[in-house]
Amino acid sequence: MSVVDLVAQVVRIATPYLLAAAGGVIAERSGVISLTLEGFMLGGAFTAALGTYFFHSLALGVLCGIAGGLLLAGIHAGASIRLRADQVVNGIAINLLAVGATRYFLRIAFDSASNSPRIAGFNESPGLVGLVENPLVWAGLLALPVAWLMLNRTAFGLRVRASGEHPEAARSVGVPVGRVQLWAVLWSGALAGLAGVYLALDQHQFSDQMTASRGYIALAAIIFGAWEPLRAGLACLLFAAAETLEIHLQGTSLVPPQVVEMIPYALTIIALAGVVRRVAPPAALGRAQE
Amino acid sequence: MNARSSLAVRMARVDKAFGPVLATKSASLEVQLGEIHALVGENGAGKSTLMRILGGLIAPDAGRVEVFGREVTGWTTRAAIQAGVGVVHQHFMLVRPLTVAENVVLGQEPKRFGLFDKAAARRAVAELIERTGLRVPVDRPVSELSVGGAQRVEILKTLYRGAKLLVLDEPTAVLSPVEVRELWGVLRSLQSGGATVVLITHKLDEVMEISSRVTVMRRGETIVSIATRETSPTELARAMVGRAVALASQQRQAEPVKQKGSALEVRDLLVAGARRARAVDSVSLTVAPGEILGVAGVEGNGQTELVEAIAGLRPASFGSIRLGGREVATFSVRERIAAGFSHIPEDRQRRGLVLDYSVAENLVLGLQERFCRHGILDRRAIAERARRLVAEFDIRPADAQAPARALSGGNQQKVVIAREMGRDFQVLLAAQPTRGVDVGAIEFIHGRLREARAAGKTILLVSADLNEVLALSDRIAVMYGGRLVALLPRAEATVEILGAQMTGAGRKEAA
Repeated sequence: MSVVDLVAQVVRIATPYLLAAAGGVIAERSGVISLTLEGFMLGGAFTAALGTYFFHSLALGVLCGIAGGLLLAGIHAGASIRLRADQVVNGIAINLLAVGATRYFLRIAFDSASNSPRIAGFNESPGLVGLVENPLVWAGLLALPVAWLMLNRTAFGLRVRASGEHPEAARSVGVPVGRVQLWAVLWSGALAGLAGVYLALDQHQFSDQMTASRGYIALAAIIFGAWEPLRAGLACLLFAAAETLEIHLQGTSLVPPQVVEMIPYALTIIALAGVVRRVAPPAALGRAQE
Repeated sequence: MNARSSLAVRMARVDKAFGPVLATKSASLEVQLGEIHALVGENGAGKSTLMRILGGLIAPDAGRVEVFGREVTGWTTRAAIQAGVGVVHQHFMLVRPLTVAENVVLGQEPKRFGLFDKAAARRAVAELIERTGLRVPVDRPVSELSVGGAQRVEILKTLYRGAKLLVLDEPTAVLSPVEVRELWGVLRSLQSGGATVVLITHKLDEVMEISSRVTVMRRGETIVSIATRETSPTELARAMVGRAVALASQQRQAEPVKQKGSALEVRDLLVAGARRARAVDSVSLTVAPGEILGVAGVEGNGQTELVEAIAGLRPASFGSIRLGGREVATFSVRERIAAGFSHIPEDRQRRGLVLDYSVAENLVLGLQERFCRHGILDRRAIAERARRLVAEFDIRPADAQAPARALSGGNQQKVVIAREMGRDFQVLLAAQPTRGVDVGAIEFIHGRLREARAAGKTILLVSADLNEVLALSDRIAVMYGGRLVALLPRAEATVEILGAQMTGAGRKEAA
């Protein structure tokens, strides 16, 4: 296997992380906890499969996937911003809701308890060609630079940062904090939904709980990247590289695969504990607004 | 031009209730264009509520508000900002990781091609700094500024939005004497530029020095409005409290009392802080029983760390702490309390109280075990103690079951003081005991401290308020940069000497 193929594999694995992290980093910086990336992603994967299958259109499938993420994000925003529900509790509820709802509608739509029928996808060929012809891969690679630009070079980004650090201060100068957070959460829903789309199209089906904690890994990347988009992007690639390694180590007894699976979470704990350098979350992260 | 059109603010018969509590009762305020108007009153008198109505943060239940001759009752924050009303809040409304320029333009960002135009923001803020003389580094994150610097940013924020009417809520509470001078300079130059200023304060010497007119509030009502030169601090204090008050500056400390009891001795104390490795740098001091040692200094010079280290809340890296000759530096907080330490923490909401607990519960915090029978809280004993302390310390409302959150700042502080002084103790560590507390409560708290001193207690007082330190202390120490830079008997201390030491000026002279 060539180096190019290896890199291609890393990027392929990293794409859903990159997309979800690019959404989550904006929501987190606005002060809303992004535990929900997992649920948004699963919802997006399901609606993408639904759309692609019934409309026989990849483009409509992609849009449906985004809509699925947005729908769950809307529920999350309504509860945690508008109704000031606890963001962690509500986030877990959203993720459980996503698992239950996709299962329920999977049975109704496809009469199956495990997976949808085969759906179309982008270029099938393995390796580099299939990669460069998949627009979602490009979206993934661009997502975090775009998030960086949004955060640091737009007025919206300045308001996002102010809302996440000191919402009272933002409000006192007329920044509509709730609305800023709503847009930030919807943005994270759309991008995590897109990450779900990628998964469904890549595997040519929706299967039960197919996101397999990828949303949590994206959140871990955000934290490991100290809530900076570009660093979060590097963290996504690092975690993806570790997984690639794991795949190639399978069958050898060098390192048990479970140990490799632990890497993202172990690194996140190390980062949070400030072993290398103290990373501080946005000061008002998770705080319900008055 | 009639009298009405020369008014910047006219608030008439304004009512605002929070639940059953009337925060303002038919309150009225008239501020002339171009004047510096002081709004004074005890905590909970309704000053801040009145100003929040003026700034559009809350709407009144009844009454009428006019700003620059326009009826604006119940307007929004945004509308108030657009009309030129700028509010500098007591707790700074600044986003610490953002730069000065970003904080100033937040909410009204200059844009170019849809992107935030950082360069234009920097230019605009630099130009504003040039014009007003409010010196702050444009590109520095606010977290790296001094308190005075942060306050200048707050004023810049309002001016950037075109404020012609500036409302400052207790602006000097956190400033050193030098910074207060600078602030007066800024306000006067804004005034000569045509701006109107409303200054909320309860320091009456400030009222006399800076304002041309003063309005006094008491229990939600505006009691009197008078030209400053026609009144006196004593008269204002009487109007605020509703009875004659002894002002701190007018009281004399009694002669030192020699008492039996235990002295507090601190030797070579070294304490690491959040930002500095030597937040407290080789501090040694002794406080005798029956003595109040006052520690003056601008906040952030190690006082917090010093008190917390002595109380056992923060580890000391080196040095000894003795009480009556007994080493307590290795004691836990609980063991220190048992040994006779009492601590009035500087931040009552963070360290002093559990805001969602009732007053009665807060009064037994840390003492729960003494109010237990067979491991179960003895509610009757707790209620009994609460009843006694609420009466003794004049905590209002006299409802021990009310959550601490529902009390005004002054009464919350009385709860802390009642808990810490309402039990046996030998050493009292009193950190900012009257911060944000009104004149009546200050008088009360000072009285309790004097009584404790007369009873032979050993008292370490830390305060950013020089008048308070001067009024209470037998000896006065000054902290600067983590060190004790001066230690004088009260008789030799003056505001000028202490003020110079507090800013490090004294050290240069001594060197």
